[in-house]
Amino acid sequence: MIKKEKMRVISSRQVAKDTTEMVLQNTYISETSVPGQFLHIFLDGHTLRRPISIADINKDRQTVTILFKKLGDGTEQLAKVTEGMLLDVLGPSGNGFDMCLEEGDTALLIGGGIGVPPMYSLGKKYSERNIQVVSVLGFQSKEYVFYEEKFKELGKTHIVTNDGSYGAKGFVTDVLCKVRGFDHYYSCGPIPMLKSVKNTLEGKRGSISLEERMGCGIGACYACVVPAQTEEGYKKICSDGPVFDVLEVVL
Amino acid sequence: MMNLEVHLPGLNLKNPVMPASGCFGFGREYSQFYDLGKLGAVIMKAATGEARLGNDTPRVAETSSGMLNAIGLQNPGVEKIIENEVPFLAKYDTAIIANVAGSTLEEYEFVASTFNEAKDVCALELNISCPNVKEGGIQFGTDPYMAAKVTEKVKEASNLPVYVKLSPNVTDFVSMAKAVEKAGADGLSMINTITGMQIHLPTQKPLLSNKTGGLSGPAIKPIAIRMIYEVKQQVSIPIIGMGGISNAEDVLEFLLAGASAVAVGAANFTNPFICSEIIDNLPSTLEKYGINSVQDAIGKAVF
Repeated sequence: MIKKEKMRVISSRQVAKDTTEMVLQNTYISETSVPGQFLHIFLDGHTLRRPISIADINKDRQTVTILFKKLGDGTEQLAKVTEGMLLDVLGPSGNGFDMCLEEGDTALLIGGGIGVPPMYSLGKKYSERNIQVVSVLGFQSKEYVFYEEKFKELGKTHIVTNDGSYGAKGFVTDVLCKVRGFDHYYSCGPIPMLKSVKNTLEGKRGSISLEERMGCGIGACYACVVPAQTEEGYKKICSDGPVFDVLEVVL
Repeated sequence: MMNLEVHLPGLNLKNPVMPASGCFGFGREYSQFYDLGKLGAVIMKAATGEARLGNDTPRVAETSSGMLNAIGLQNPGVEKIIENEVPFLAKYDTAIIANVAGSTLEEYEFVASTFNEAKDVCALELNISCPNVKEGGIQFGTDPYMAAKVTEKVKEASNLPVYVKLSPNVTDFVSMAKAVEKAGADGLSMINTITGMQIHLPTQKPLLSNKTGGLSGPAIKPIAIRMIYEVKQQVSIPIIGMGGISNAEDVLEFLLAGASAVAVGAANFTNPFICSEIIDNLPSTLEKYGINSVQDAIGKAVF
């Protein structure tokens, strides 16, 4: 259930170019969040909240971690929020990943840019359940790379940069051929990347997480819809998603 | 105790606050946050004759003190709304207002007559001002002759009181208001959003897929206040006022300008509890300014 909560900022630090990692404390949100969900964050002076995906959940410390990239005034303002301040948050919002794998199975995580964070909370949870995790992470260039070490702790990790300044050169799909044997893939990133992942891995079971400009963030305003193979013909990203079976929505 | 009641054609409201059409869906999502029975009324999302899928995304963009939207009247169609949504809202002790949209006179008539057969709908809000669909809506909302015509047809098609939702995207707003009053409208609902555009700097193209969208939020409040103030002097039917309301002080300002009730739109996105909080704060706000009841405040700035 979504609640409107105050979250205390425990830490905020830059982890890559234009990219901030923020740890937020709140009992209800940390106890109820699952990988794939997001927080809808209010910022003073802004009409619309900012949807930011959850990158890590720590029930012992009662924290969740978010990562976001400065893309406009909202995220610029959020990056200036410092330790000790309180954020007005709606969450946990949306539905998490279908964690359908069992011990001994292998999960392939494919993240692009600011689509990488939700892959981390999922990978960590799967790793705790003794599910093999293989990650393919794409970034624009070297200065945008983050969480490489953290993903390596979970399993084999391939880093790709568009300009080749770090790791392999190209797109995530260029290294997918190197990954052999997995049971389900999970992907989050820009739509062109998700399309090309879907095509490259055609016939494989997969889940994708979508992002879109949102209004209410609770399913009432119909701002963030995606065409779908259903009777109604659409799904709401904020409340039916943001995670969907790859065959359910039309990219 | 402060009397918040208002009595309008078809609507006996316990308080003057209702969520605006399109900003509240059919109430389900907001019912997880508070008891919808607290609301004076609920104006449902627009209904058309058949289901509509709306525009491509992006459909919303934030602006200074507001937002643009171009949803494109996505809805499951009037029959599904009556079957699935009205019964849900009817469980709550609140008045249900149906927003009627269409592309042709016949479609408006069909939607209005279908709602007429439905139990539990108290009034119609006639949407002749949606700026986000290519056909219909706005063409009826910018020409006084067409506006009067569609109002007459909808009045004939239904026994429910009709509140005509007017577009601010016209040169002579007052003559639109007078035209629909003469055509039999029971009330006015104003203002709808103001057409705007935002260019996305990284792509150097309009941000919204529909290119233009309707501006709402605090940015448009002074425009709404001015238009209500002007219309109040020229028409005698009641006005449901809206445009950027985000607190109880705003509600009082709309009442003083001539609105008999108010609708809250974009502020529901900023804070899903906003309508409930405004209702809680309204008595002390009226008291602070020496006003004895909601009824006392209506049009006080005008007359």
